[in-house]
Amino acid sequence: MKPLLMFKDHDFDIQAAPPLNSEFLIQDLELNVLFNAMSTGDPFLLNTAKHTLLSCFENSIETIRYRQDILRDALANPTVIRELYQTTVESEDRKKRLWSSIFNNSPGSILNTAVDKLSMFVTLLRELKIVEELHRHKFQSEGMTRFFNMVRSELDHNYLNGIETHLKRLKFYKGMHISAAPGKGNEGGSYMLRKPFRKKKYDLKRIIFREDEAYSFSIPPRDESGFRALTSIKDAALNETANALAVSADHIDSFFKNLRIELSFYICSLNLAEHLSGLNCSFTFPSPHLSEEKIFSFKSLYDISLSLTMKRSVTGNDMTGDSRNPVIITGANQGGKSTFLRSIGIAQLMMQCGMFVPADAYNAGLCNALFTHFRREEDPAMKSGRLDEELLRMDEIILNIKKDSMILFNESFSSTNEREGSEIARQITRALAEKNIRVFFVTHLYDFACSIRQSGLSGTLFLRAEREEDGRRSYRIIEGEPLPTAFGEDLYREIFKE
Amino acid sequence: MFYSSILYKDNFEDNNKISKEPPCFTDLNLDRIVNSVISGKEEYNLKPFFYTPAPDIETILYRQEAAKDIEHGTLFEDLKSFAHSISTVRRYIRMIEKLNFMLHREGWFLEAVIVYCDAVISLEKDLLRADLKSNGLLKFREYLTHYVQSPDFTSIHSEALKLKSDISSIQYLIEIKNEKVTVRKYKGEKDYSTEIKELFSRFTRGESRKYLSKVTIPLGMNHIEARIMDCVAKLRPGVFYNLHEFSINNNDFMDSGIISFAREIQFYISWLDYIAKMKNTGFAFCYPEFSASSKNIHCHAGFDLALAHKLSKENMPVVCNDFYLTGKERIIVVSGPNQGGKTTFARDFGQIHYIGSLGLTVPGREARLYLFDDIFTHFEKGENISDLRGKLQDDLIRIEDFLSRATTRSIIIMNEIFTSTTLHDAVFLSGKIMERINSLDLICVWITFVDELSEYSESTVSMVSSVDPDAPEIRTFKISRRPADGLAYAMSISEKYGLTYNSLIERIKT
Repeated sequence: MKPLLMFKDHDFDIQAAPPLNSEFLIQDLELNVLFNAMSTGDPFLLNTAKHTLLSCFENSIETIRYRQDILRDALANPTVIRELYQTTVESEDRKKRLWSSIFNNSPGSILNTAVDKLSMFVTLLRELKIVEELHRHKFQSEGMTRFFNMVRSELDHNYLNGIETHLKRLKFYKGMHISAAPGKGNEGGSYMLRKPFRKKKYDLKRIIFREDEAYSFSIPPRDESGFRALTSIKDAALNETANALAVSADHIDSFFKNLRIELSFYICSLNLAEHLSGLNCSFTFPSPHLSEEKIFSFKSLYDISLSLTMKRSVTGNDMTGDSRNPVIITGANQGGKSTFLRSIGIAQLMMQCGMFVPADAYNAGLCNALFTHFRREEDPAMKSGRLDEELLRMDEIILNIKKDSMILFNESFSSTNEREGSEIARQITRALAEKNIRVFFVTHLYDFACSIRQSGLSGTLFLRAEREEDGRRSYRIIEGEPLPTAFGEDLYREIFKE
Repeated sequence: MFYSSILYKDNFEDNNKISKEPPCFTDLNLDRIVNSVISGKEEYNLKPFFYTPAPDIETILYRQEAAKDIEHGTLFEDLKSFAHSISTVRRYIRMIEKLNFMLHREGWFLEAVIVYCDAVISLEKDLLRADLKSNGLLKFREYLTHYVQSPDFTSIHSEALKLKSDISSIQYLIEIKNEKVTVRKYKGEKDYSTEIKELFSRFTRGESRKYLSKVTIPLGMNHIEARIMDCVAKLRPGVFYNLHEFSINNNDFMDSGIISFAREIQFYISWLDYIAKMKNTGFAFCYPEFSASSKNIHCHAGFDLALAHKLSKENMPVVCNDFYLTGKERIIVVSGPNQGGKTTFARDFGQIHYIGSLGLTVPGREARLYLFDDIFTHFEKGENISDLRGKLQDDLIRIEDFLSRATTRSIIIMNEIFTSTTLHDAVFLSGKIMERINSLDLICVWITFVDELSEYSESTVSMVSSVDPDAPEIRTFKISRRPADGLAYAMSISEKYGLTYNSLIERIKT
């Protein structure tokens, strides 16, 4: 039995290690704001939010659409999804109360604990059954339909009753039957719990062949070490059965755990959707494409982290970037370039994990990895020079980046003079673009920006932070060739009130 | 038949072997090497074998032949499993002395006999199959065949097997209800755990944690187990009577020749075991040729064993070095930048000679060595001594001591002596010592910062630690034969990180 709410054909593995550069992604894209809105402070949900967003690069278009459909169902029936999720939370809570005794890990106590746990799980399985019976007709998605069908067919009442009968038998009121054989040194071994035969009253064969021959002894009441010895024989014999029971309990437990993990993604999405609706921010389901299609366009894409921080809707941007690479973004300081870069990174992660995106439309190819190379303002632990540090980080990215990856540069290689920085940036950008890596580069290296198209990259798309006639910034990013100044003068005047 | 040694051509008295660690061991890291070699094999008392170089070239050859036989084909693994079995037998016998219940003692005695017989028989098979060339192993094979065919051995073996098979076929059923224990024959009652597995099979999901406990039945036999076993013996009286007779009649079942062989063979096994991982990592070992007359020595691709052993665990390569001396050349003077592998080279030189003289394989592709009478070493200890005059004095006393004992057949290895004195003193003292060494006409490796020494006479050869000009930040640890130099290096930062257009096109995966 598998929930299969994240993938059509396999479990969702939340233990899988996130990409090596996750910390950089979180920092550079300011993902913590997003994570908090999704988890509403719940550490379990936080973990899910982090994991699904950061490990989204393996998902196929089919998986993305599978999740989008389930999420549409969830948005239409939030209370049912939350009720199902509550069952899985309950299973974890009750289990913790029973768990304490598992630390005494003799087979006897493993067996008893497993029997208790299994009884508890049977109760919860019955609850799942009830939700299915009441609400299944409200769901349309392939994933939810399959899930409810599974609950109906695998958890019929006869089966659940049968388990309960078995659990009672495992209390051994009638004694234990254990088979054994002499091992090395004539030490008894190979102990195994057996199901005794039902005895026939008169069996001639047994009497003739003396099959009933038996020798008995009793352990005196004060012989404590004798009883201990007996217990260890019993334990050895119970080992396999206790294991089978405990493993079964684990399997049911991990069914609930998996169900919880998989549902928690939709709970996170519901939380975020409710949050955005409260702020009057729009969102939409994106349309994912294969990387080869070279599609990358969007309408009114906004930085969700910024929206959540400012608690209001913020300016969105449009881009028509199909078949264009690299994208070089120049223009005024404080003009919304970093925000623009972040909004692309975040939307890409949200799309690839199967969520809605903060835009009116978002059509983009999938990437197999996302890297950020942002200028680090200060790094106290830094031992080498700043350029050295930037190049070292770049070197680490190069070790992992490959065709169809995506990389966001923010003011990179500006820690040396412009001529040198431009030359480094040019060589790197050219190599990446030629290797079919999608590059977004925010820069004020004018020499670099101007010369990049001449270096053979005819598909370059130039964007620029818009500046209104009166010098005020609109925080909008529009198409435009680089201009030779970064408007530092404006900023200077604004700050120094000249 | 008598057993004869596989380490000495003619019987060499055990008490002629040295039981004290030779003085050069610490400086050459031979102490660490030998300790690793014999670790886990303490029961064989192998140290004397490693402390005693072979007395002559004939013995070196006798051992090299045997070692080659062992390395050939599967014999090495065969001998290891033989050794493992014999040590198991010994362990069982030590254990039996401590057991309380008769059925228990007799059961373990039977195990010991079976393991011993199996080990002896498979060893004979293995040796017959092997293509033996060495005198030592051929003699032993003859001895072994004779033993295996003797009536003493064949009768004990067949008896043991019969008993084991009788006992193994017994199965019984224990019924436990409160304090009462009943033992009867087992009649095919079904395993309970299978039923449980079937019941919950629909929840099964891949590999799961196991809840099988390990230590529930402590090894050995307590009084309850003994009573159960007594009941079993009543169910099957004949079998257990035979076992009792067997253990009384065969008390002394091990052959002394086999026991001696089991110890001596460990000398080869422990060594081959030690170098096995290194060989797998790609290090070359060879059987050196020895001469007692010519000082034309050479070694191709030698390396420091202790270092290689450590690095091979991390799968890292070690730099190999060559050396040779021809004609009148006797003294290798090593200079050059620190951290460049000079000490490693000196150790490697000493180790190769010492280990070669034991009759074992040495690091390197090919080697020709000199049969020395003694190795003298003096390595700077790097300790911070405030009394410099006292230290210099101690140094000189030690050097004087070994120079007075050294003969023209000795090897001297010195590492950075006189570093803490003035340059003037160091030049003067080194010159004086060079004079002594030169007149002894012995083989010497001398690591020094006194460059002049390398051009002292036609008997000196200069070798230098070096740095790769194309990658100065990577130390090569290579010691090569050339005059000293002092190069400075600088590299452009972008090339260093491999971030130029050309290197990126190479590096980025597609």
